[in-house]
Amino acid sequence: MEWINLLSSISGATIRMSAPLIFAALGGLFSERSGIINIALEGKMLAGAFTAAAVTTLTHSPLLGFLAGGIAGMVMAAIYGLFVINFKSNQIVTGTAITILAAGCVPFASQILFQNTGSTPEIAMNHRFIHEPIIAVWIIMALVWLWFKYSPYGLWHKFAGEHPDALQTSGIDVINTRWSGVLIYGFLEGLGGATLSICLSSSYTRNMTAGRGYMALAALIVGGWRPIAVALACLAFGFFDALGITLQGIQIPKPNFNIPILSQIWNFVVSPQFIQIIPYLLTIIIVAGFVGKSRPPKALGQPYLRNR
Amino acid sequence: MKILRPIIATIIALILGLLVTCIAGENPINVFVIFAKSGFGTPYDFGMTLTYSMPLILTGLSVAMAFKAKMFNIGAEGQLTMGALAAASVGALFPNVPTIFAAIFAGLCAAFAGGLWGGIAGYLKAKRGAHEVIITIMLNFIAAGIASYVTVYLLKDPNTQNPQTVPISKNYVIEAYHFFQGAPVTSAIFLSVIVAILSWVFLYRTPLGYEIRSVGENESASSTAGISISRTQILTMFIAGALAGLVGVGEILGRSECFKLDFSPGYGFTGIAVAFLARGNPLAIIFSGLLFGALQKGASDLEIFTHNVTSDLALVLQALIILAVSADGLWEKILSKKKAK
Repeated sequence: MEWINLLSSISGATIRMSAPLIFAALGGLFSERSGIINIALEGKMLAGAFTAAAVTTLTHSPLLGFLAGGIAGMVMAAIYGLFVINFKSNQIVTGTAITILAAGCVPFASQILFQNTGSTPEIAMNHRFIHEPIIAVWIIMALVWLWFKYSPYGLWHKFAGEHPDALQTSGIDVINTRWSGVLIYGFLEGLGGATLSICLSSSYTRNMTAGRGYMALAALIVGGWRPIAVALACLAFGFFDALGITLQGIQIPKPNFNIPILSQIWNFVVSPQFIQIIPYLLTIIIVAGFVGKSRPPKALGQPYLRNR
Repeated sequence: MKILRPIIATIIALILGLLVTCIAGENPINVFVIFAKSGFGTPYDFGMTLTYSMPLILTGLSVAMAFKAKMFNIGAEGQLTMGALAAASVGALFPNVPTIFAAIFAGLCAAFAGGLWGGIAGYLKAKRGAHEVIITIMLNFIAAGIASYVTVYLLKDPNTQNPQTVPISKNYVIEAYHFFQGAPVTSAIFLSVIVAILSWVFLYRTPLGYEIRSVGENESASSTAGISISRTQILTMFIAGALAGLVGVGEILGRSECFKLDFSPGYGFTGIAVAFLARGNPLAIIFSGLLFGALQKGASDLEIFTHNVTSDLALVLQALIILAVSADGLWEKILSKKKAK
């Protein structure tokens, strides 16, 4: 009976925890499929989380808050796009700068609006989303899959990342296509952050994304830049997240080891710390090609120079 | 003109960043004065600026070293975590090492641990074709997990509730200079400067440094000339990691005397800004490291002296500086317009 309880609580937590990851990873998919590397998922999520909580607090409407979170992510992405697409700044350096910018701007805004850099005011239960974003994310995943599989726009995005010259030759503007990819990316990223602050918890707290943006990036790579696989990778990572938290309160029976070093290794492997690094270990194993194969879009990271 | 660019970019970014404080209802000039006073006002303030600069110079060098071979080291944070953890563990586990060798021994261990962490990324890039950016980001989280495990389970200090390791043996402690009125400025500050100079000599005056730069400039030409690309990449990442690992010397032996979880306020990431502002030149990194150290210290007093601006402004300034320095296209647009006139 205890096992059933444990199992149901872990699977429930898994589905909830993975929702912001899926939003973020699907966002990253749009950006990277159109050829723009994105290591700054974290920054946009943070901006989305804060804005969503702030707007919900001020308007008492979670829907407005949720959308505002998306728009905040989009604004951050637009700054990023301006630098990497138009000014051709290095994508990795700029991505780092955007993450730092969000980490600085969010507490700055929080202090001005709420006289508190640590968190926004608690949002009442009836003004919060309970599970709407968690359902919405799967619908969005299906739409993203359809977009890339059947719509011409999805094809343009793919070509902007794989073979921008071919796209330009066929009369579709690469710069515009990449811009649309980056804006959609920012919006989804913001929604991911919003899910964290107004659905999974009741306010924005300092650095609440806690590396989830990077984990979403990892899921994007593990899923090989394909929508359904990416969502499943997020689900798997969400499971480790949930498991790590559950394990913190539980004693795990320890087999009898005669060799002390084995016992030490066992202690490490069943510790919450180890469970929580499994997603990152897994990503390294896959990126290094030890298991499976993950191929990035061909023109990923290359600025596009339009010939006039 | 190329040398002037980062300086102009920094000034523009600082002015923009200070103007942002208008939104919070502050006078930007007033904020600037607070920055200057808090960064350099008293020997203690200056000492703290130096304390923040020291790790930034090292992480800046780490990022720059990797970039010379055209690799992005986003993993300085993880490498410095491993270095600091190694220094703290060695200091706690081998208390009887004689004082003369102790700090050097711990420093070597820190450099080796950091180097190993960087080397893994180098190896996976060179031999398995994995992108070093992804690997180093992932290694950051793994380092944080290991550090948390060691701090919570293996070497936990039983005398405190804080997540930190047992204090290192007194033999390892580097004493602070009295001049700085209690700021933990130790001889470790010279370590940073000397390492920066050595890095310059290494890159520009030794055959190995030449190989690293040539791999960064032109991989296929270097390969044709008989340089082993994979060996150079692994070695470069090892050195980059070792540089970041050395942060442990100043931070552990000279400052906290134990490993505290989350002791780094993102030194590894700020190092990227430090390196780019200096355009990867090890000697210029000394100055850009000092600038970023001063920004960090200067911002720390904002909470006390203003109503609505907090130390987070330092992050905004950092970000603006990176954006302004790295916007190559924008610079070219401005310059080409000038030429057209």
